[in-house]
Amino acid sequence: MSQSDHPDPFKEARTNTGVQEIDDQSDPVAMVLRLKDVRKCARNWETYSSQARAGRIVVPSEVNIRDIRQVPFELDPPLHGEFRQIMDPWFKRPLEEGYQNALREQIRTLIQAANNSDAVEAVHDFSLPLQSRALTLLLNVPFEEADTYISWGTHVFRSEDNPLDAGKAQVLYDYIDRKMDEAEANPGDDLFSVLLASTVEDRPVTREEVMGAIVLTFAGGRDTVINMVTNTLAYLADHPEALERLRSEPEIHRRAIEELIRYFSPLTHMGRVATEESSVCEHAVKKDSRISLCWASANRDDTVFERPNEVVLDRKVNPHISFGFGHHNCLGATHARTILKILIEELCENVGRIQIKDQEENIEHWGPFDRKVGYNNIQLAFDALTS
Amino acid sequence: MAKITFITQDNDTITAEATTGTVMELAVDNGVQGIDGDCGGVCSCATCHVHVRPEDFEKTGGPNDIEKDMLELDDEVSEYSRLSCQLDVSEALDGIILKVAH
Repeated sequence: MSQSDHPDPFKEARTNTGVQEIDDQSDPVAMVLRLKDVRKCARNWETYSSQARAGRIVVPSEVNIRDIRQVPFELDPPLHGEFRQIMDPWFKRPLEEGYQNALREQIRTLIQAANNSDAVEAVHDFSLPLQSRALTLLLNVPFEEADTYISWGTHVFRSEDNPLDAGKAQVLYDYIDRKMDEAEANPGDDLFSVLLASTVEDRPVTREEVMGAIVLTFAGGRDTVINMVTNTLAYLADHPEALERLRSEPEIHRRAIEELIRYFSPLTHMGRVATEESSVCEHAVKKDSRISLCWASANRDDTVFERPNEVVLDRKVNPHISFGFGHHNCLGATHARTILKILIEELCENVGRIQIKDQEENIEHWGPFDRKVGYNNIQLAFDALTS
Repeated sequence: MAKITFITQDNDTITAEATTGTVMELAVDNGVQGIDGDCGGVCSCATCHVHVRPEDFEKTGGPNDIEKDMLELDDEVSEYSRLSCQLDVSEALDGIILKVAH
């Protein structure tokens, strides 16, 4: 196994039973592992609800550390759909030329700095600033705000040693409160102001709902984007032939982007709460118990994907569900895809070779499964492209 | 060269021509409302769902297995549903009419 590989820990359970129950703070979760089952459960919001107690559909559960409902992620239809109608156009802005030009400038600056250094610790000195600066574009706030986001570290809710750190979440809530105060006093063209001026169910969106939507924007795209960027760099370091191919065949970039997102599956899974007795793969699901939709396992399902554990850069048919599936599909997907597109283009343009000097894997533990999701740290040496 | 007509949910009619690429790409390039093609055409996002005019279905043929699985879970699925990212533009598709599903 090479050091940029992400092995599939789910294969045996996925093949044999299709479901694996794990504990989580005494609120067990039945992980759904096969692609078709995950898709079906994701569509069936009447049985598998997102609108449970705030924090409960997240694994590990956050019910003990927050009361704020993340919006629209912890809502079911029809209110969910009303929020998506407001938020979807905003989250499609990454398709605009001006947005992409600004993002390209940010990413190029980071790559040039890496080219000029002996080595960079990519998680904290490349991916974290990249994600934080790109977030200023998504929120449409001044670039300088990124320094604050960078200071929070790689996860906005979790400190390095405690996955459920209520104190850390409070820092984010205080920041958002302050920004909402500013937006109310002086409305601008940032996401805070836009949401505060919106209506749902023929009434104004509440401050608490805006808080929930902004928290989601910070939390959902944090470690996911950081891992996606870092894992891509590690893969290209380990596979110099892939970087050469992307350089000479720009027409495969769109497929390569989807394939890397499939292979890395930055978010392992997401929960739902059963509203009635049900079953998945003959596994009984009790009312008010939890299941999780395991995107990472589904994306390696060999009944759907040929050679599922290989990165096939030009994979033509790739029905992965790294961004979820159905009406709750990832709001930030356009932003994430645009980041990866520009990152790949700029690497092709500016970097001859990347080498891994040292690395420590970030392994998640879910019951019997140990899953590599990225790196805690990774030292990379960039060589500028010489023509 | 194939001439393909899209009818959107708002009943706008857009006719566009191409010789290569996919029908989804043709729709995106011509700003057809309702076809997003978020995933770039790898059958992952199902945002390029169209209903083929019944008399044209012989020209497009039916969906492949993976495409069928994607369509199965779409509320708007019909017996004439296709994902336009899986339709390659060719002479054979000249003159077809597609109704955008969303």
